[in-house]
Amino acid sequence: MAILTGTLKTKIGLAQMLKGGVIMDVTNPEQAKIAEEAGAVAVMALERVPADIRKQGGVARMADPEIILKIMDAVSIPVMAKVRIGHFVEAQILEALGVDFIDESEVLTPADEEHHIDKHQFKVPFVCGARNLGEALRRIAEGAALIRTKGEAGTGNIVEAVRHMRLIQKEIRELQSRRPDELFAEAKRLQAPLELVQYVAEHGKLPVPNFAAGGIATPADAALMMQLGAESVFVGSGIFKSENPLKRAKAIVEAVTYYNDPKKLAEISRGLGEAMPGIDVSKLKEEELLQTRGW
Amino acid sequence: MNIGVLALQGDFEEHAAVLRSLGVDPVLVTRPEQLESLHGLVIPGGESTTMTRLIRVEGLEAPLRQLKERGVPVFGTCAGIILMARALAEPDDRVITFGFLDIVVARNAYGRQRESFETTLQVQGIGAVKAVFIRAPRVVQVGTEVEVLAEHEGDPVLVRQGPFLGATFHPEVVPTLEIHQLFLDLVRSSAPIG
Repeated sequence: MAILTGTLKTKIGLAQMLKGGVIMDVTNPEQAKIAEEAGAVAVMALERVPADIRKQGGVARMADPEIILKIMDAVSIPVMAKVRIGHFVEAQILEALGVDFIDESEVLTPADEEHHIDKHQFKVPFVCGARNLGEALRRIAEGAALIRTKGEAGTGNIVEAVRHMRLIQKEIRELQSRRPDELFAEAKRLQAPLELVQYVAEHGKLPVPNFAAGGIATPADAALMMQLGAESVFVGSGIFKSENPLKRAKAIVEAVTYYNDPKKLAEISRGLGEAMPGIDVSKLKEEELLQTRGW
Repeated sequence: MNIGVLALQGDFEEHAAVLRSLGVDPVLVTRPEQLESLHGLVIPGGESTTMTRLIRVEGLEAPLRQLKERGVPVFGTCAGIILMARALAEPDDRVITFGFLDIVVARNAYGRQRESFETTLQVQGIGAVKAVFIRAPRVVQVGTEVEVLAEHEGDPVLVRQGPFLGATFHPEVVPTLEIHQLFLDLVRSSAPIG
């Protein structure tokens, strides 16, 4: 029998296996082990978490393969890593390392201000950020197997992730209310391929899973995103920039399973210690925003 | 017929969708008491370490073990078959095994995600079935009571022992209906449904 690898089904399939879970940013094997112990479904291997990238500035690039390999050795769950937008050679390197998922991420400094990576050329699945439906569908057309909100990474402030998730869901509902002969103009307006616009209008959802990211710092934040329609959450700086990372990580994992159970959420949220200090996104200058990267 | 899908983490919605298209409206199980009245349970794909932790924290371990004594049919895919196994090839306390199936499994045994694959299987009593394997476990040892219903390159990939059915692949992802139908037949034949 023919054996096919790197197919869209295997790529989206892994994204489906991550549903109802938490993907945690880690910068070393010790943190990766804590994340796994807490019940993370995957870890994102990084050199610096977004809050530190924001603070330190400079060009943010793919992590050193040495760090990524050590993290891959430390845990049995899938390992993700980030590449700069458009930097397909960083992606080739991550694929050669055997990374399980690649995040073409606005958190790193973009390498191309016009083109994203042609993700169909890879056997490894990609996740990409989006602020609205058009952006999500353009990334899916390029081969993304998973979409996440961009939010505003490294701020510990959920407001932008909420904005992006609400907008995507609203635009999906609007497409569902359109007549078939109106979808051509919708595709033009959204700047997205017609077939994908038609899929969303028919099914009322994206053709790939839709996760939340960017600013999640508490179990309540995670549950909020789940109630708004996210199928999983990414937590970046929110865990290892908090006072008690293991306890907080465990609590966020439980909050994603019991997101619809306020009593349980009340129990889970008790006594977690200080959350990461947050940033008021409206006080950030336009050039300090990460979410405007990507096209 | 009261069928549950363990909904702690993973692709439980995909399983629920297949069951719905076979005319069964499943219960999404997240609490121990929901296991008491089930005629059958599906354990989905996902991360076995995450599911293990939630099973332990939420008090689901004992009621899940009781399913074996009560003879309640269970169907697990990928992470699900890992939890149903007697043991792991490399013992690991991050992952719980319930011993519904007398098999030993090795986690992520085909490699990393880039080695995940699609193929077509010949399933006993059914015929050709499309299958997707994602960071799949490998069944490395099979007890005498276990019936192998499908193989891939010599490895058992679909096995049955009494009311328990396990697949190392994901019929819910393709999706195909035949394997879930086989499970529902097991449920119908194994207990009187009042």
